[in-house]
Amino acid sequence: MTIPELLNTLAYGFAPEAAKPAEEWLEAHNRKFGLFINNEWREPSSKEYFDSINPANKNKLAEIAQASDDDVHDAVRAAKKACSKWSQLSGHARARYLYAIARQIQKHSRLFAVLETMDNGKPIRETRDIDIPLVARHFYHHAGWAQLMSSEMKGYESLGVVGQIIPWNFPLLMLSWKIAPALAMGNTVVLKPAEFTSLTALLFAEMCAKILPAGVINIITGDGRTGSALVNSDVDKIAFTGSTDVGRIIRKATAGTAKKISLELGGKSPFIVFDDADLDSAVEGVVDAIWFNQGQVCCAGSRLLVQEGVAEKMYKKLKARMEKLRVGDPLDKAVDIGAIIAPVQLQKIESLVKQGQDEGAQMWQPSWSCPTDGYFYPPTLFTNVAPASTIAQVEIFGPVLAAMTFRTPEEAVKLANNTRFGLAASIWSEDINLALDIATQIKAGTIWINSTNLFDAASGFGGYRESGFGREGGKEGLYEYVKKTMDDGRQTVKPKTQKNKSNGHKSSMVNGLSSIPSIDRTPKLFINGKQARPDSGYSLEVHDANGNFITEVGAGNRKDIRNAVEAARGVAEKWFKTTGHNKAQILYYLGENLAARADEFAKRISQQTGADSDSASHEVEQSIEALFTAAAWVDKYDGAIHNTPIRNVTLAVPEAIGVMGILLPDDKPLLALCQLAGTALAMGNALIVVPSPSYPLSATDFYQVLETSDVPDGVFNIITGNRDELAKTLSEHEDVDAIWYAGSKDGGKAVQIGSVGNMKQTWVMSANGELPEMNEILRHATQVKNIWVPYGA
Amino acid sequence: MTMTLETKTPPIYETRVPILPLDLAPVEDVKVNRSAVERRAATLNTRRTVKKEWQAAWLLQSIRVIDLTTLSGDDTPGTVRRLCAKARQPLRSDLLAKLGLSQPLTTGAVCVYHEMVSTAVEALQGSNIPVAAVSTGFPAGLNPFKQKIEEIEASVKAGASEIDIVISRQHVLTQNWRALYDEVKAFREACGPAHMKSILAVGELGTLKNVMRASYVCMQAGSDFIKTSTGKEPTNATLPVSLVMARAIRDYYEQTGYKVGFKPAGGIRTAKQALDWLILMKEELGEAWMQPNLFRIGASALLNDIERQLEHFAYGRYASMQYQALG
Repeated sequence: MTIPELLNTLAYGFAPEAAKPAEEWLEAHNRKFGLFINNEWREPSSKEYFDSINPANKNKLAEIAQASDDDVHDAVRAAKKACSKWSQLSGHARARYLYAIARQIQKHSRLFAVLETMDNGKPIRETRDIDIPLVARHFYHHAGWAQLMSSEMKGYESLGVVGQIIPWNFPLLMLSWKIAPALAMGNTVVLKPAEFTSLTALLFAEMCAKILPAGVINIITGDGRTGSALVNSDVDKIAFTGSTDVGRIIRKATAGTAKKISLELGGKSPFIVFDDADLDSAVEGVVDAIWFNQGQVCCAGSRLLVQEGVAEKMYKKLKARMEKLRVGDPLDKAVDIGAIIAPVQLQKIESLVKQGQDEGAQMWQPSWSCPTDGYFYPPTLFTNVAPASTIAQVEIFGPVLAAMTFRTPEEAVKLANNTRFGLAASIWSEDINLALDIATQIKAGTIWINSTNLFDAASGFGGYRESGFGREGGKEGLYEYVKKTMDDGRQTVKPKTQKNKSNGHKSSMVNGLSSIPSIDRTPKLFINGKQARPDSGYSLEVHDANGNFITEVGAGNRKDIRNAVEAARGVAEKWFKTTGHNKAQILYYLGENLAARADEFAKRISQQTGADSDSASHEVEQSIEALFTAAAWVDKYDGAIHNTPIRNVTLAVPEAIGVMGILLPDDKPLLALCQLAGTALAMGNALIVVPSPSYPLSATDFYQVLETSDVPDGVFNIITGNRDELAKTLSEHEDVDAIWYAGSKDGGKAVQIGSVGNMKQTWVMSANGELPEMNEILRHATQVKNIWVPYGA
Repeated sequence: MTMTLETKTPPIYETRVPILPLDLAPVEDVKVNRSAVERRAATLNTRRTVKKEWQAAWLLQSIRVIDLTTLSGDDTPGTVRRLCAKARQPLRSDLLAKLGLSQPLTTGAVCVYHEMVSTAVEALQGSNIPVAAVSTGFPAGLNPFKQKIEEIEASVKAGASEIDIVISRQHVLTQNWRALYDEVKAFREACGPAHMKSILAVGELGTLKNVMRASYVCMQAGSDFIKTSTGKEPTNATLPVSLVMARAIRDYYEQTGYKVGFKPAGGIRTAKQALDWLILMKEELGEAWMQPNLFRIGASALLNDIERQLEHFAYGRYASMQYQALG
């Protein structure tokens, strides 16, 4: 067209970013890539390769190696070998390496961006302006954490070798989220990129070979088989970002092992627009929420909740905006939406959209059509969506928005939380009172107020519920890559050997009054603030250290757990919202009332465990102190304000996890109760406590202390019985948010396997030995919610 | 396919925006989130760009919407005539030919102080280029009200067909919308047939919210255009402020059916900036607002930079100012 003609249309035209440098890089490698192990490139032992395709034009970009089990083992071995030196480097030395990586990324930023766009199909605007700058930022930020590790992470050390598996939606960004904190904390890594998008990881590896010691970073490419081999290899931790289904597989595969895991999984995040929002800005927010990266974003705002009074106005504005979005060649600098990653994903989107229509929701798409030379899908809006419809519930991972309306803030929260996921939420209102009120009530790891999809290395990111656990970014993210340094002087208490349980009912009287029988005191279950008989109608014998019968406790069963969880859930939100001051008052009161009965509790400890009276009294003293410590922490376990690089406050708020099952260890029955359950209680959780089957009586005695200390009904429930059976019910219970288990190895494994239903957090400890330290307990009793609050007059 | 400029270009003065009664509802209901507005403004030109021949076409369009301006204390009839000559012939003829442009190309208007109106009118005779006069005690707007009215009337009488008035900032800062409305309405009535651009002086309004509120009131009071600034405030035309005003215009159009024009002024000096604003118009308001009847850029140095970029496009080498006629 001539310029005068163009002057008449004033169209945008083509504005392609040059692909040439990336093409040349591919050519220089003959479009074939091996595995990066120990700073060397090698062929996969299987000699198997697969194609990497540009989804925008279906062209083959390169052949990628399929790593076999052997290759994975070699990589892990290389990482292990490198680890001893790497972990012993000074933080400053590691900081220099991370700084060098960050610099390399910046120096080659455009090559990374173009290559990423070709491999993934996302617009060059995003790789150039968002992905790659965030990658560099992540390494810079964590260079700082390496530098500060010795002072800020005192008492912690590296884990060893970390296996990392990342998704295809943000290939290099997810790589940086995984590698930067791992390296900073002194670990070495074996990383598997997604098979659709390996190229930038390989370019990254090539760059690392020039700066890092051999074996510190190993990149093994391949499909799910490679991932599975990595999960089952001899690594100390698996860090995974991807689908909830694969997350479940990893949870199961690592259950019962010493491998630490962190999972960042799916989402169905709400985007809530109140009637006092800046609607034009909210519309742009939606664009950034669901039409960013073709909607293939785990935290995409895929559920639009609009207050009824402004819904029609909002939809109208939204449709006008959608009409102006541009879908096409992702290398075009003026394109908003690029290509869907692969045919399989496109088909999934298409079938879910069809299902949405079949289920009665109203679909709207812009009038223009998408290019057909690649895997493109238009931005799509569904209105009239019911919470019951499939598209409101499942993660579509495409440019599809499901909209529904609400009437009140309360209903907005209800709808927002009506999901199995809990990754993120976006709240739009010009009223700070309203926005923060909603932010505290939404079950999600990241809340963006009047903004969306903001990320930064200084802020933690991660989910609640089925969106996974663990955080990436911020100081909270570092703990995923460290463990407590063991003191040499730490002792393990010998497990109690079960004495022969005589059925002779040889009575051992607590008070030594043997002349007349003591009054039968029947320990019951404690549910919803009331003593309750076990549903089963059965009891279990409790014996003293010498195997003599003491008494019987209720044999709690599934239904008792059900009732206790119901009671806990009913009061959980209220307990969490109780002021810190009031919670602390109750904890102190517990300590006070326990102290009043110190002798009785000491005797009970002696009676059960055979501990001499001094050590039993000491345990009671320690227990009282533990309650005081927990009480002290209630209003001091503060969050942080992260220093993220926009004009805002990013509030990192430690929140209660919710309803927790705590299966107590055998040792120190009273101290374990007060320290573990007391701290969990202090942090605002509602508890179902299962005491040690060997020494349950300290717990059953304790409910009288609970009854006299103003603990609200339902907040602290006690179920006695077979620990592993109860643990299984609790771990499978979908309304339990976290479970701490102390017991057998098999029991721990069963808990972790059972947890996959709702992907609850698990913390497995040994049945005996020292209790975890307070800072560990506090961290496990809370989850960090990051609330971004941009401001500006 | 051949189309001429004329077929697509609406006449500069089509239908006028009427004076409507003051309606405080939209004014009081204004919601502007500054951070979100800034984010959108910051990504407008990272989401959109024009290159090569498209860019050349857009740059030509930029010339067509320039209110070529001189507002200096040392303006003389001589400098104003020079400016008018540049407005008539903004590009060298060899450049025009190279770009394949056979139609006449002029700037949108010439903008001067009242004292220079008659000189400009005379210099632009036969060109169809309107003369705009800044008025009402420009730039501070603190002259006696009566004088302001007289100033408008004098400029219209002298041949100005566009009047750029300044509002009393105090009315906005004290939220006295009735006073603002009455003032602007009186200005509009004084303008008669001349089109009125209301300068909000956004740099002195404090907040984006005030910018949007003032935009509504000025539109209701019959402004044909709303304009960001005089060029004399500490901050002038910015993309965030323009975005807010554009959204007010869109809203007003949706509510009333009347299209109000937009004029950013002050600080727009580069071709790249001109493209940014055209992108803003296209994205937020649509193609109609890329035409001179609804969009102007108040500028003086901008034209020369556009000329340089077009020369680079046409000849593939960077140009020197010495080859471009002064305005």
